[in-house]
Amino acid sequence: MDANQLKIKEFLSRFFKSHDLQPEEDIFALGFVNSLLAMQLVAFVEKEFAIRVEDADLDLDNFRSIRAISALVERKAAAVAG
Amino acid sequence: MTPETKASAVEPMDAGGAADAGDGMRLELAPRQRIARDEFRAFAAAAIAPHADRWDREEAIPEGLPKELAARGYLGSLLPAEHGGAGLDMITYGLLTEEIGRACSSVRSLLTVHDMVAHAIRRWGSREQRERWLPALARGEVLGALALSEENAGSDAKGVETTAIEEPEPAGSGFVLDGHKKWTTFGQLAGLFLVFAQCGGKPAAFLVERGTPGLAVTPIRGMLGTRASMLAGLTFERCRVPRSHLLGRVGFGVSHVAAAALEQGRYSVAWGSVGIAQACLDACLAYAAAHRQFGVPIGEHQLVRAMLSDMVTGVRAGRLLCCRAGYLRQSGDPGAIAETMVAKYFCGRLAARSAADAVQIHGANGCSADFPVARYFRDAKIMEIIEGSNQIQQISIARFDFQEL
Repeated sequence: MDANQLKIKEFLSRFFKSHDLQPEEDIFALGFVNSLLAMQLVAFVEKEFAIRVEDADLDLDNFRSIRAISALVERKAAAVAG
Repeated sequence: MTPETKASAVEPMDAGGAADAGDGMRLELAPRQRIARDEFRAFAAAAIAPHADRWDREEAIPEGLPKELAARGYLGSLLPAEHGGAGLDMITYGLLTEEIGRACSSVRSLLTVHDMVAHAIRRWGSREQRERWLPALARGEVLGALALSEENAGSDAKGVETTAIEEPEPAGSGFVLDGHKKWTTFGQLAGLFLVFAQCGGKPAAFLVERGTPGLAVTPIRGMLGTRASMLAGLTFERCRVPRSHLLGRVGFGVSHVAAAALEQGRYSVAWGSVGIAQACLDACLAYAAAHRQFGVPIGEHQLVRAMLSDMVTGVRAGRLLCCRAGYLRQSGDPGAIAETMVAKYFCGRLAARSAADAVQIHGANGCSADFPVARYFRDAKIMEIIEGSNQIQQISIARFDFQEL
């Protein structure tokens, strides 16, 4: 895992205690995602990576795994830089 | 509004003192925040408080008041200047809410629901939606209102029964809404409703303009508290809204759009509750100093003083919780969601307890129309119900702390 993925894993680990979350693992399939996580996750990625999650990004596939979230972050960061 | 009260998007909040972390924690307002609070307080004392009991009896605010509030930058005041807003920082916004709430909870609730809609659009609106609606909301040309609650859905936001069905022809053109909404605060005046519905079994949020064919607005009267907040019931019958009015994507209407609106609402209600508690304290201090029983001012009696001391302590604690929630919101911290819930829960209960004690201290006078505490008592009860009842907060707050185990 790269540095971004490690940060995402650390944040998500709060919600997936005693489970060593892997980069590709589907966090929705694991069944631990609750209503409290959704907006906290948005706030986390926005603050941690200085990006803005927009309406067009509201797609479960963007938040499904550590790798998906880090890919979203990279796309958004590239768009900001570009 | 003076330029000094405005904050840029990146400016750290002053209260809470994180900007001065090198000198240790500071728990005081910045000079510009104090200046802003004094401005809010003076306006509320002159233009709102003297009329609040009458508005409560008449179950309406004056027609020109929203424009007056907008002209002062008090509607949509968190919106940045690029959208025509005052760009208040979270703490200054809280001070505004407290001071308005101290004078009249109905006017505070106008700010609350309007700002909830503005916040939801700013947070999840497309660029087109933000450009179309936010300047109009900031100018008060359009008032926003929330259409979430129904006969069978309130706390259970995902349980709304209003439906939104995609129009088959032409494909992708829009949605047809059918259903009934209740308890829409300022629904009688609002020009833009943020409506939550089921779309193919998934929650979705829509912006529906007043006057849209198929939307009927019916005033609700005779409420217990915040009686001038001009509630309405909404009926949608084959009400067609274009696709461009879908806010956020289908499936995210509750988890993201309603969540953002409700978090804003809880923050506003928390500060407004502090305002009620402060108003109770103000009224009780004056009353207890002026009214005598057993040959002394009633404030000399220990049991009265105990109630006053609890009120003083509660107001200070509640305000600090609100400041902490505001600080975290200002910095975009994920912990803001939990902290805002804590503040709303504590302050709603504080307002209710303070108002009950305020009536007690006033005795029969407190039950009459001659003193404002009867209004505070009725308004305070509402704070324990709206934007997440006490019971919903009780269920939710501990769950956040379980995360930290």
